[in-house]
Amino acid sequence: MSASAETIHAAGHDAGGHDEPGFHVSLRGYLTGFGLAVILTAIPFYLVMSGVLGDKLLTAFVVVGFAAVQIVVHMIYFLHMSPRMEGGWSMMALLFTFIILVIVLSGSTWVMYHLNTNMMPMSVTQMQQMP
Amino acid sequence: MTALHDTTGAASQPAPPTFYLVDEHPHPEGSSTMFGFWLYLMSDCLIFAMLFATYGVLGGNYAAGPSPRDLFELPTVALNTSMLLLSSITYGFALIAMQSGHKGGTLAWLAVTGLFGLGFVGIELNEFAHLIAEGAGPQRSAFLSSFFTLVGTHGLHVTFGIVWLVTLMVQVSRFGLTGANRRRLMCLSMFWHFLDVVWIGVFTFVYLMGVLR
Repeated sequence: MSASAETIHAAGHDAGGHDEPGFHVSLRGYLTGFGLAVILTAIPFYLVMSGVLGDKLLTAFVVVGFAAVQIVVHMIYFLHMSPRMEGGWSMMALLFTFIILVIVLSGSTWVMYHLNTNMMPMSVTQMQQMP
Repeated sequence: MTALHDTTGAASQPAPPTFYLVDEHPHPEGSSTMFGFWLYLMSDCLIFAMLFATYGVLGGNYAAGPSPRDLFELPTVALNTSMLLLSSITYGFALIAMQSGHKGGTLAWLAVTGLFGLGFVGIELNEFAHLIAEGAGPQRSAFLSSFFTLVGTHGLHVTFGIVWLVTLMVQVSRFGLTGANRRRLMCLSMFWHFLDVVWIGVFTFVYLMGVLR
């Protein structure tokens, strides 16, 4: 019994090594991440400040796209996320958080948008009586 | 029914199967710290998600007051962003120095990181002071209330990160790069980089898209 417990224990923990908890860092990884982050930050700032694309909606979509890519870059190169970390549980927690995040953000904006559009319009006299 | 009684009653049966670990197996000290801290970060992420949702809902209610286009100065935000990004890479350098066992290098890079962090908080406080002096304080409109809550919460996180960083610098200089201190430095690294990730959301959704609106 104890032998099987030992093997389970070994399988669960030995992937990362016992002496050094956490992750291994390298100079190349950080410099790659930094370079990518600088590019992915500079382009959206340039797009908004110069207004090259002309169309505002298009610019907004491009800017959000750059942000999404940069978040992934940070996750990989700075936070050292990988599907193997902690036997996959870190990724599981991240995915769960991401799902809640999407529900909270999209749900709130969706519901409140419809609430605003379906609100009864106020007359001028009603407005004047507002506190 | 009888068959069930038979199997449970039979004492001669060799070792019944167990579906859990009977003995608590030993965990090396700190083996679960990183994962626990990751879970904390995820819960912190949910706080920011709610603040972002609040800003998303209220961000357009100006109450006949100033709009983001009137208030935000993108060059300042770009400077602030570069401060935080630079502090991220210098923290990486501190971790590399820690990995190769250089106590002095670790402390020096941590100090540089702290200075960049202070620069970030300083620029942000300066921006807040300008807004409040212009009469665009948190009480002006729902947009400004949600703006100050979201950006202020992030700034507060960075401030506490700096406090933690100074604490760890004292720890490392006193006790050296012990196992516990290495673990703490790695947790702070996750915290620091996580704040940088949140800032990507802030400068994209609040500042850039605010100016576009």
